[in-house]
Amino acid sequence: MTIHKGRGFACINYPIGMNLGGDPSQALVHATPDGKFMVSLASIDLGQGMKSVTRQIAAETLGVPVEDVYVDTADSDTGPHCMGSFASRGTHRVGNAVIRAATEARKQLLDAAAEELEVNPADLETDGKGNIHVRGAPSRRISVANTAIAAQFKQGRTLSGRGIFLVPPSGVDPDTGEMTPVTCFAHAAVIVDLEVDDETGEVDVVEINSAYEVGRALNPKLVEQQLIGGAWMGVSHALYETTEPYYPARDHGPVDFNLYLMPGPAQTVPHHIAVLERPAEDAPFGGKGPGEMCANPVLPAIANAVYNAVGVRCDTLPITPEKILRGIRANGGARPQGTR
Amino acid sequence: MAKKPVRFTHNGRETAIFAESGSNLLDVLRRVVGDLSPKYGCGQGTCGTCIVLIDGEPHLSCLTLAETVEGRKVDTTGGLQNGPDLHPLQKAFMEGFSAQCGYCTPGMLMAAKALLDRNPRPTREEVVEAISGNLCRCTGYDPIVDAILDAAGQTSGRVA
Amino acid sequence: MSSIEFRKDLFADERSDNLNEIGKPTIRQDILGHVTGRTPFYDDHLFDGLLHMRCVRSPHHHARIRSIDFSAAGRMPGVVRIVEVKDVPHNLNTLLSLLNFGRDDEPLIAPQKVAYIGEPVLAIIAETERQARDAVAAVRVSWEVLPHVLDVEEALKPNAPSVNDIYPNNTFDYGPYDHQKLRFGDVERAFQQADHIVEGEYQMSPIEQAPMETCGAIAAPETNDRYVCHTSTQALFFSLSTTAKLMNMASSRLHFIGGTVGGGFGGKVDSIVEPMAVLGAVLTGRPVKFMWDREEEMQVGAPRGAERWRIKDGLTRDGRIIARSFTGFFDAGAYIRLSSYAVQKGTGHLPGPYSIPNVAANVFMVFTNRTPATAMRGFGITGVDFAIECHMDKGAEAVGMNPIDFHILNAYRDGDMKAHRRAAKNAALIECCQVTAGKAGWRIAPDHAQASSLIGGGAGERATIPETVTDQIGRIGERRRENLPTAPYAGSTARGRVAAGAAKQAVVAAPPQHEDMAVDLARFGFSKPQARATRQPHSAVPPASPSSPRPQQPAPPAPQSSSPVPPPAPPQTPASAPRAPQAAEQGQGYRPEEPFQQGIKRPGVSRFISGTRRR
Repeated sequence: MTIHKGRGFACINYPIGMNLGGDPSQALVHATPDGKFMVSLASIDLGQGMKSVTRQIAAETLGVPVEDVYVDTADSDTGPHCMGSFASRGTHRVGNAVIRAATEARKQLLDAAAEELEVNPADLETDGKGNIHVRGAPSRRISVANTAIAAQFKQGRTLSGRGIFLVPPSGVDPDTGEMTPVTCFAHAAVIVDLEVDDETGEVDVVEINSAYEVGRALNPKLVEQQLIGGAWMGVSHALYETTEPYYPARDHGPVDFNLYLMPGPAQTVPHHIAVLERPAEDAPFGGKGPGEMCANPVLPAIANAVYNAVGVRCDTLPITPEKILRGIRANGGARPQGTR
Repeated sequence: MAKKPVRFTHNGRETAIFAESGSNLLDVLRRVVGDLSPKYGCGQGTCGTCIVLIDGEPHLSCLTLAETVEGRKVDTTGGLQNGPDLHPLQKAFMEGFSAQCGYCTPGMLMAAKALLDRNPRPTREEVVEAISGNLCRCTGYDPIVDAILDAAGQTSGRVA
Repeated sequence: MSSIEFRKDLFADERSDNLNEIGKPTIRQDILGHVTGRTPFYDDHLFDGLLHMRCVRSPHHHARIRSIDFSAAGRMPGVVRIVEVKDVPHNLNTLLSLLNFGRDDEPLIAPQKVAYIGEPVLAIIAETERQARDAVAAVRVSWEVLPHVLDVEEALKPNAPSVNDIYPNNTFDYGPYDHQKLRFGDVERAFQQADHIVEGEYQMSPIEQAPMETCGAIAAPETNDRYVCHTSTQALFFSLSTTAKLMNMASSRLHFIGGTVGGGFGGKVDSIVEPMAVLGAVLTGRPVKFMWDREEEMQVGAPRGAERWRIKDGLTRDGRIIARSFTGFFDAGAYIRLSSYAVQKGTGHLPGPYSIPNVAANVFMVFTNRTPATAMRGFGITGVDFAIECHMDKGAEAVGMNPIDFHILNAYRDGDMKAHRRAAKNAALIECCQVTAGKAGWRIAPDHAQASSLIGGGAGERATIPETVTDQIGRIGERRRENLPTAPYAGSTARGRVAAGAAKQAVVAAPPQHEDMAVDLARFGFSKPQARATRQPHSAVPPASPSSPRPQQPAPPAPQSSSPVPPPAPPQTPASAPRAPQAAEQGQGYRPEEPFQQGIKRPGVSRFISGTRRR
């Protein structure tokens, strides 16, 4: 007959990229006649923002405004090989490939501009607004557009780049398990506050406080999208989702969304996020990928909070009202573990 | 199978097609009319990605017989824009980063439009109820609710 | 509602935030398409004469196919082609054969037996989806039902039904063993020295990726004797190469176009729908769509595989984890798909982001008669992290410590040796713990509030690879002949030793192939921090002792001599060699154009006091 409050903690790290490596991605960059840039990828955007983040990466590397760059993805005829969008590898692998390709294209761009301005290319810099000028002498300049026109129609130079990024495959020792899993890890810590009704066993998650370390937030809004959406998925996984409610028996498996439960818009949880950035040395601008690890710590934090609330250890997922009530009954009643 | 003529207004345009008897509106809109904006998510009426407006009311087009829209007005996301100008909902979703994969977005927009057309100043609870028939797997819903409130001119509580 | 803050102050000396486009909240390139309904998903392409393909599927967990009678189905209206086993040019594959990992074990259409409910035994192509469904329902299959196994540990017993003909032991092969081992140090000895032993068992059931768009593909003859395939895949070339292999077709004849994917979450890597659609297009010469409806997406489409984990920790009285042992079971279902790889990914993750001097694990990939599992967000990690973090909570309770203090005490720091024999770097677990504790108002011990990932690691025993005890229990096939225990070292007393310090080189990224692609790091937001010797933790008072457990415990006696409890490192101890002071100019600090916040600011909370200030 009581609502018990509980608070739980969990922290994790997460490997960035396909485990053991061996998952290359390639990128091609080329300039249009008037100095816009196209990035060709076979990489896939599944909502995580692949096109958007690679666009920003290319623009930054080239030294041009993002409006002058477009990313084309997912055509096997025009995009060079990419292993795919999974394992939080997109930003790291594809981003790095784009950086290498854009770097090569930038080198051609500065060589072409240097020829027009009759200076050494090492003396040139881009202003990020569509111009190239001599360092320290901004009036000695040429636009990216005019550079592209000169390069292609006068000099006979392409402003193109190609890039591949590969972490070569690591083996695994069968006796010790030695391996190089990945080259960098993201981090997260989460505190969940929830309430448990000891009569119905229902759990109401009330608030989440978290810190996620992502190397660098290449686009803060894309990072926010992942962290908010991912934590929602974590709550859903912890409390509701299963394709086999009586695992390992396969009975009563859901076949539609009436039976496969996920929290709806009336059940969203206020989530207060802090983003930390410790750049990884081999990641694009240091950025790791938040896409997968955003859900993971929420699950055990919820389990630990339920224990704090009513003294029941729910060691199996999903944590259903039935499991909580059985635990309370086995304990002879709810056993709150103390306020934190 | 018999084909029946169905005349209706589609995004403001008079349209006439032949639909297989028993076919659903989602299939007909996508395959016969060529409007690919409503989506198939489940075919079971539980996810809302197929929501279109029929005479201004949200309907699950996957469970609506195509022949029942005879003489009625059907509106989809493909018709939300006013010429080149985005509908305030579209603008709010865009600026609010309220879509990731974008698959639930057409259905969400239509459910939201139906709400705002009849209730221009909804409360947060009313917005939540209006989209309760729409599932989203990516965003966690709050960015969508915030965008709908923004479009309605209400503060969503968003700072700056 | 929710809020987000960017703690730019933390690790600020390792970044320069003076970038032009990176770090900006640029509007997504694709969102205009999303809000106008114009973003092309795989199905958003119109084809004249599109055909629909659906499968006849097994209703049994495990059964031999005696016969299939599709004569009635073949005569039904709209049916264009029946697709049988003999129509599949190369009917055996495993996804990771593309990486030479694992033997081909899964048919596209089951030829002799089915090993899970839903496995396809025939496909039918018809003019409409309705006609295809009706024809499928009219097919009569005669089955010989076989015994099945659904529990991973039952499947490991000698008399268990054999699920997968190519891997008849119900396990995958990891070198000479039927499981993946992790051995680091000597857990058996450390358990004897521990003050507390904490054991737990954790189970995660399968879950669905449940994207709003189900898996599907449309394939059609294109020009130049090629086939175009519009697909929902997350991995374009994985799907293309798998299709080329199953169709015995040159990859150059396939043109794969990925849509924006309507949610992937790992469930759209398996590359089943593309070969089916292309097969249909090849056989009919027309566009063919193959997709899962929602029911198939839930019960036939591969879920996140179930995992079962047992963890045993040995703790000292003052809260250090000195030994951690795992037994893990990945339930792969009837075929390998990606589970073989998940086991190694999970093993590489052990024992979690902590510095633990003795670690052991036996991790099994087990075949059972259920829907094959595949990747899902957090693949290989989600289940074991659930287990580890629930277990950490139990450990904290056993020693009477605040869980956050318990985590920070054991957290890994730069330079610490991990159980897979690579040194940690770029760590930030401690800072995440501190910031979260601050946000939630959960007090932690003062010395933990001042701890740093950069300080206290990488020295002494924390940085070395200990002599490691090994065993050879569980070679391939042994478990089918006799009951064998599954925990590390259990089942035999024979032991081997691997010398201390034994490790290969860490793998690093391949360098750019051409000097023109080599990057100038100064333009890429990296900055070298000042030499470690000059850095101080933000409090002037150096930590005097490891944080004390909660008062209700008696005062801890001196730690056992053999447990590797390093003294708290003085601030000067570097995690790595001191780096040269920053030579190039720092540049302007990052100034966001507007605060990145959603929802109402939490009243009374200034953004400067959340978390722990580093300086």
